Amino acid sequence: MIPAVQISMVVNETTQFHEVEPRTLLVQFLRDVCGLTGTKVGCDTSSCGACTVLVDSESVKSCTMLAAQADGASITTIEGLGDAGWHPVQNAFHTEHGLQCGFCTAGMVMAAVSFLAENPDPTERDVRLGLEGNLCRCTGYHNIVKAVLKAAESMKATS
Amino acid sequence: MIPAAFDYVRADSIDAATTALAEYGEDAKLLAGGMSLLPLMKLRLAVPSVLVDVGRLTDLTYVKDAGDHLAIGALTRHRYLETSTLLAEQCGVLRAVAAEVGDNQVRHRGTLGGSVAHGDPASDLPAVLLALDATFVARGPNGERTIESRDFFIGFLETALNPDEMLTEIRVPKVGHTGYAYEKFNRRAQDWAIVGALATVVDGATRVSLVNMGTTPLRAAAVEKALAEGAAPSAAAEFAAESTDPSSDMTATAEYRKHLARVLVRRALERVAA
Repeated sequence: MIPAVQISMVVNETTQFHEVEPRTLLVQFLRDVCGLTGTKVGCDTSSCGACTVLVDSESVKSCTMLAAQADGASITTIEGLGDAGWHPVQNAFHTEHGLQCGFCTAGMVMAAVSFLAENPDPTERDVRLGLEGNLCRCTGYHNIVKAVLKAAESMKATS
Repeated sequence: MIPAAFDYVRADSIDAATTALAEYGEDAKLLAGGMSLLPLMKLRLAVPSVLVDVGRLTDLTYVKDAGDHLAIGALTRHRYLETSTLLAEQCGVLRAVAAEVGDNQVRHRGTLGGSVAHGDPASDLPAVLLALDATFVARGPNGERTIESRDFFIGFLETALNPDEMLTEIRVPKVGHTGYAYEKFNRRAQDWAIVGALATVVDGATRVSLVNMGTTPLRAAAVEKALAEGAAPSAAAEFAAESTDPSSDMTATAEYRKHLARVLVRRALERVAA
């Protein structure tokens, strides 16, 4: 019998303290233990980025990180993104119609938030490279890129 | 996909990590960022019974000027390398190739030491370190030793590290901020290289290394020799597949990989010469 590990992390500003199997993936922890199903499991092989969340403000694929590795970290998922209402990136995805079926959207938005924190004034090419870890199987990339550029503009205007 | 069950041990020092490795033997694996190991474990291609998590040894996150070389902590993440001014100025080739590993999410978690110790011939950074004649520092129960990069990569996912040793530092020469070109051929931006070719100038001589052209990263010795004898880039590149033994898989046949090596080495050499 493998002993469980006790982990504690702040998820969307709420402390989560649980005992889990060591092999529990962060995405399983978020969805099944914390009940936060906004984060999706897409490919489950670190390719598609649908499971992207922020770990200490940096984008990470939560299907390729153990929950135990995130012990003590601060996690932000799509549910915890806006302070009051939507985050500027969510607004931009809405107004630019940066989604089709919507399955990749949570991961795209989280990857974009991290990308814009590191690159506040990106070119279109920067955005395309910055989102290379996220796949949209509807191939709706064009509006996603437009949305991220628009979000960058609106975040600059208010900063 | 869920990894097979394992015991999880968190190491709070290098000594704790190597002690745990000594205690649990060959069934234990070190976990750094997990970007290479966890996907293998999820596919059950790797089934360690104990994971020793060294991800919190933040003392091993650094790029330092050590006089005649740069010293890089094994747990330094790709993102850190990508944004290091010291690395950009003194070893630009390593910074540039670190920026081409995987995608942003992978670079936020993945570490240089993890990439090196994993020993995957399809990884980008081992080929850079091989071209630079980097030195690796390993710590084990019997103390510290250094291993030259030419002796380090032994086979597919196999390195000169003993099962109870931990890679702690990577030492690279100061080669300046220019004089390199990396050509990475893949189907999707974030994928592993189907083939990669690096050309980099060290002390006036051009060195060439190859990604995914055998069971280990390789130096294209025949190309380097031809260049040293004065061959033009396009002529030297014709030797790129010599002494290579690439695999055939779903992305490419061995023959196609050899073709790619010649094309990519030529492109890299022409960019370096330009």
